[in-house]
Amino acid sequence: MDSALLSLLGAFLLSLLGLFVFIWSMRKGLLLENPRAASVIFAPGEIGRADDPALPGDEQKPLRDAAAEAGEAGHPPDPDELLHRVEADRSTAFPVFMFIAFACMWLVLGSVAGLTSSLKLHMPDLLVSEAWMTFGRIRTVHLTAVLYGWISNAALGTIIWLLPRLLRTPLMGGAWVMLGGALINTGIASAIGAIGSGWTDGMEYLEIPWQIGLFIVAGFICIIGPVLYTLVNRKVESLYVTVWYHVAALLWIALLFIVAKLPGVHTGVQQATTNWWYGHNVLGLWFTPVSVGAIYYFLPKIIGRPVRSYNLSILGFWTLAFFYGQVGGHHLIGGPVPGWLTTLSIVQSMMMIIPVLAFTINMAGTMWGRMHLARYSPTLRFMMFGGFMYMLSSLQGSFEALRSINQVAHFTHFTVAHAHLGAYAFVTMVLFGAIYFMMPRVLNWEWPYPRLITLQFWLAAIGIGIYFIGLSIGGWLQGLYMLDATKPFMDSVAVTIPYLEWRSVGGSLMVLSHVIFVGHFLAMALRFGPQRTGAALFWPRKAQELLHGE
Amino acid sequence: MENEVKLAAGAMVALAVATAALVILPYIQVRDIHAPEGLKPYTSAELRGREVYIANGCVYCHTQQPRDRNLGPDAERGWGRASVPGDYIYDKPHLLGSMRTGPDLFNIGARQPSQDWHLGHLYQPRAYVPGSIMPSYPYMFDVKPEAEEGDVVLKLPPGAAPNGRVVVARPEALDLVRYLRGLNHTYPVLPPQPRGEAAPAAAPPPAGAASSADAKAS
Repeated sequence: MDSALLSLLGAFLLSLLGLFVFIWSMRKGLLLENPRAASVIFAPGEIGRADDPALPGDEQKPLRDAAAEAGEAGHPPDPDELLHRVEADRSTAFPVFMFIAFACMWLVLGSVAGLTSSLKLHMPDLLVSEAWMTFGRIRTVHLTAVLYGWISNAALGTIIWLLPRLLRTPLMGGAWVMLGGALINTGIASAIGAIGSGWTDGMEYLEIPWQIGLFIVAGFICIIGPVLYTLVNRKVESLYVTVWYHVAALLWIALLFIVAKLPGVHTGVQQATTNWWYGHNVLGLWFTPVSVGAIYYFLPKIIGRPVRSYNLSILGFWTLAFFYGQVGGHHLIGGPVPGWLTTLSIVQSMMMIIPVLAFTINMAGTMWGRMHLARYSPTLRFMMFGGFMYMLSSLQGSFEALRSINQVAHFTHFTVAHAHLGAYAFVTMVLFGAIYFMMPRVLNWEWPYPRLITLQFWLAAIGIGIYFIGLSIGGWLQGLYMLDATKPFMDSVAVTIPYLEWRSVGGSLMVLSHVIFVGHFLAMALRFGPQRTGAALFWPRKAQELLHGE
Repeated sequence: MENEVKLAAGAMVALAVATAALVILPYIQVRDIHAPEGLKPYTSAELRGREVYIANGCVYCHTQQPRDRNLGPDAERGWGRASVPGDYIYDKPHLLGSMRTGPDLFNIGARQPSQDWHLGHLYQPRAYVPGSIMPSYPYMFDVKPEAEEGDVVLKLPPGAAPNGRVVVARPEALDLVRYLRGLNHTYPVLPPQPRGEAAPAAAPPPAGAASSADAKAS
């Protein structure tokens, strides 16, 4: 059968199936609000209490006052429930601190490497004397350090911290998790050394040589084991949606990495499709579910209200799981691959609008009338920014897959700008927010300089804004010039130069914000600064309850 | 939602569907292709040069996949016909690329066969292409007072050569240039055969032409 006909038939069957699923879910009442399931993240009595550990004790009050609604009698949360949370937090403190500390280190290294490669694109004779400093290597060091080093470590830290809380069970096998983290970071450090010295597997997102990849796989296995064991031994009946996102993401990334790195299996054009199946799924089935899951926990937690519609979040989860996995082929539109493959990926890219809208409607509903709380809570600001950027980047991605837009945007800096909108404006900002929320609980210490959090937010937000807008315009012009056969190729290079310079400006602001962030983190870990609420890690139970439950 | 088994099973099914669609089906479809008649395997020097290309990340700025006429003027720029799966049969890893900060290199060997040009361009791209933002690769060359026996001396444009000294290519530069000059996919591949129709008896198609039908359809 003709491939065009086949893909049309496939799309038709898929829509029909979707219609039936929709009718079924309406009949089962799945799209109605379900406050009970959405409220499991709160202890009894806790709903209505806004909470932001990143704020020092005396600044919590304005946030709580602003969040309080008329006619609600505030009463203290159930202490028994809070005890579970304290136990869970204590069991994860060491592993989470390790992951976040590694993440901070890779963030600084990776973003300096990123800024260097950005500068090299408009100053091509900068730092060319040594092989390890050449653009092709330093760019890849940037990618490996920020994707695997920063995002993956911060994501693992968030998962390990959240799951025991959500399951009301202390983390089991914490030592294995620590071992896994050590293996993964050994792998990342070796990979960066290897890439600097020119040893690479040579595919985008899959540069890590497979021999080094074995460390990373072993590390993930060491982490997945304890997570699944904790999940099976949980004390809650209902699994909150964050658990779904996070557990699935852990399983997905491990399998993705193993299949894509299998040595000696993939060659030629088929390797290219595997490459993009992996490359896009790292974003779609690892970074996205981790960050979306984190928003589903932190955002309601900070404002003290359950998410608007629990079932909408489940719909978002399953549509993401089934559509996102097949999106990667749009990176090969017009390439030497079967036509049905790119068509399938374009269709699935458009289907991605469903989970994105489900998420957006849900979050907008939850935040409705409470957006002003961002004035009081810096963590909330990161989460709201990240959530909004998820919608933007995902919608942009869906439309970018369309052939007419892809024709211009493909092979240009426009794609690079889009990738940063997803990985930075969405994922990284959410992770910043999560870290600001988690660390006071992990270290039993308040952030010493709360103003730095605000400063960091604005530097990062303005930096990525300049970066994204500048590079998108430059990339689009580059694409238009390349499609115009009357213009020589070099015109498409010349037109991008001012925008590449703007990218470096935005990038510098982002690096500055990271230096502030990591400096603040170090100050907190080393107990610098004015606010001191307790001793490190081995606090007495009384102080603990006070801090966690107030 | 109270069952962790449902969660794990559902997640695995979703990933399995994606893997079947983007990894297994393409594999089944392209595994039987053979190299087009005009395509020769890489020589060992070219393979060494390919390693240099990979190690220095050339793929991040250069594609090796000219697109079809209806997707862009790649052919008019002299980058060649749209590539087909058979063209990549010896490529491991694939170097299709995703970025055109620089031009497509699928047929650079045909466009620019001169070794002198390539060596000099790697030493200082801006001496040949004003406004180029390609990095220079001085670490692939030695600058000496005078050439020794067997040295390949660069013939640089005036102004680009260091005063009173000669620039000689290191082995990795020579290998890389061998690889680049070998990138020549100008041999013909047959136009796609409509499915179900027998190939014309007079000209038996090179194996692989049938699978290229789908590739062209995109």
